[in-house]
Amino acid sequence: MTTTNIAVKATQVHKAFGSLHVLKGVDLTVETGTVTVILGPSGSGKSTLLRLINQLETLTGGRIEVDGEMIGYKEVERGGQTVLQTLDDKDIARQRAKLGMVFQKFNLFPHMTALENVMEAPVHVAHTPKDQARKEAIEELNRVGMGDRLNYYPMQLSGGQQQRVAIARALAMHPDIMLFDEPTSALDPELVGEVLNVMRSLAKAGMTMICVTHEIGFAREVADQIVFMDGGVVVEKGGPEIIDHPKEPRFKDFLNHVL
Amino acid sequence: MAAKNTENDGLNIPNRIDALPVRRPGPVVAGIIVALLAVMLVYGMITNERFEWDVVWKYLFNENVLAGIGWTLWITVLSMVIATVLAVILAIMRKSINPVLRGVSWFFIWFFRGTPVYTQLVFWGLFSVLVPKLGLGIPFTSIEFWSIDSQNVVTAFRAAVIGLALNEAAYLSEIVRAGLEAVDPGQAEAAEALGMRRSLIMRRIILPQAMRIIIPPTGNETIGMLKTTSLVLAVPFTLDLQFATNAIANRIYKPIPLLIVACFWYLLITSILMVIQSRLEKYFGKGFEARPIGPKGQQTPLPGKTDGEPKDDVHKTNQATMVGLNA
Repeated sequence: MTTTNIAVKATQVHKAFGSLHVLKGVDLTVETGTVTVILGPSGSGKSTLLRLINQLETLTGGRIEVDGEMIGYKEVERGGQTVLQTLDDKDIARQRAKLGMVFQKFNLFPHMTALENVMEAPVHVAHTPKDQARKEAIEELNRVGMGDRLNYYPMQLSGGQQQRVAIARALAMHPDIMLFDEPTSALDPELVGEVLNVMRSLAKAGMTMICVTHEIGFAREVADQIVFMDGGVVVEKGGPEIIDHPKEPRFKDFLNHVL
Repeated sequence: MAAKNTENDGLNIPNRIDALPVRRPGPVVAGIIVALLAVMLVYGMITNERFEWDVVWKYLFNENVLAGIGWTLWITVLSMVIATVLAVILAIMRKSINPVLRGVSWFFIWFFRGTPVYTQLVFWGLFSVLVPKLGLGIPFTSIEFWSIDSQNVVTAFRAAVIGLALNEAAYLSEIVRAGLEAVDPGQAEAAEALGMRRSLIMRRIILPQAMRIIIPPTGNETIGMLKTTSLVLAVPFTLDLQFATNAIANRIYKPIPLLIVACFWYLLITSILMVIQSRLEKYFGKGFEARPIGPKGQQTPLPGKTDGEPKDDVHKTNQATMVGLNA
């Protein structure tokens, strides 16, 4: 599907909420089939970066490309100049379909069962026939170990189980890239492992992943690239070895606090 | 007076406590007094000759009364359906990014909630006097393709329904708006991330969850509407239950028994509406209550009753019940 081996490329990304300057020129390159873990203290802008990639927020400055295509805008000619024009809902929805997203608070649809949650987008967005969507949804739920909870409502599931259903729901749209926004932060400690296991197996299967997390152990084991952000900028990035040999004092400080 | 706890009878608790309940004479005395008063009231009503129960009985199934019930129900249902559709549109307009749509919605609610429904009904009754002809043409010119006498379009019945529906829509739209706003914004985000478009998110994700919050006050509104139909004589529309019983009362000079007839039927219909409401609440509450769902024998067990893990309360935001909303 991809024409390039760069899945996500963010160039000098700025984001401001009113007068609050959250991202101050962030560069990020994620290669296809790799796992990038973004670390950083709260308020460093890591979640915002993820939400920008999925267009849940709009860019204030810079550009982001997903699979080589600029997101949110297109370039048009106006009076001999190239200017940006905002994309319409339809194009944005099409771009989003390449990305799956998992949220800290799961955000499962509470009025639907686990199976219905996973089937919702394939049936109503991708217009997959219901029988086929059901079959695929069951496959996805089996993959995250939730095959025996098909007809449970989210309220009847533990946090870890809900998050696994949420991952299956995102996978059901066959995304090229998966975004994880602190997927284990709302979980009781004993439930974190089951979610990380699912993410681990996804990474092994070659899924391109960008994870915002505080799970240093997971980052060290699974990540191909570590990005440490603080104060709206990327302070340090490199391979997983930088966790054990941080160069920047701020990264050292952060690791001392979380390890 | 706590009910005896028999739930854990099967458990082996050697030092089980079997204590006498606390002595509370107050509730018993109060109960006896209130029960006595209630019996006295019912006895007084039955034995009081001036209530003329024989007349009540005679007119309870009078054909004009029965026809009145039919009209009252028909007006209630029709205006509630129109009002609900309008209310959803108004509530969505109110949350629109387009300031014109927001403004029009605000004005509609301001006007129809701010004037008495009786006045509005009189106005709709006079509609054909104010606007004698309804036509299709080019606005602000005299070119007209087609026109019709409003008298034939806005009949008394239609005027009554339009009047009640527009007034009700203003109230309902505030209820719908509160319902929409009570849905966790994370729901829309999750749906957007799945590539769902705005209208689809509203229809499949937001509205079904908002319904749970919208239904109880809408039930109240429906019952209110049933009784408000008694005002349609302002149009004037003269076939509804209230007017029918009143007409008989004026003819035979016995107002009290006919009022009782009207009360009886209004109460009966209200009771039926209450049953429908509770069914609807159960339907739209699915997934929100931690109780087994589905037909008996196929119910999915709850966590804790199986090998389930401890239940998380992360969806507390979705359990918000609406407090203090009043139309």
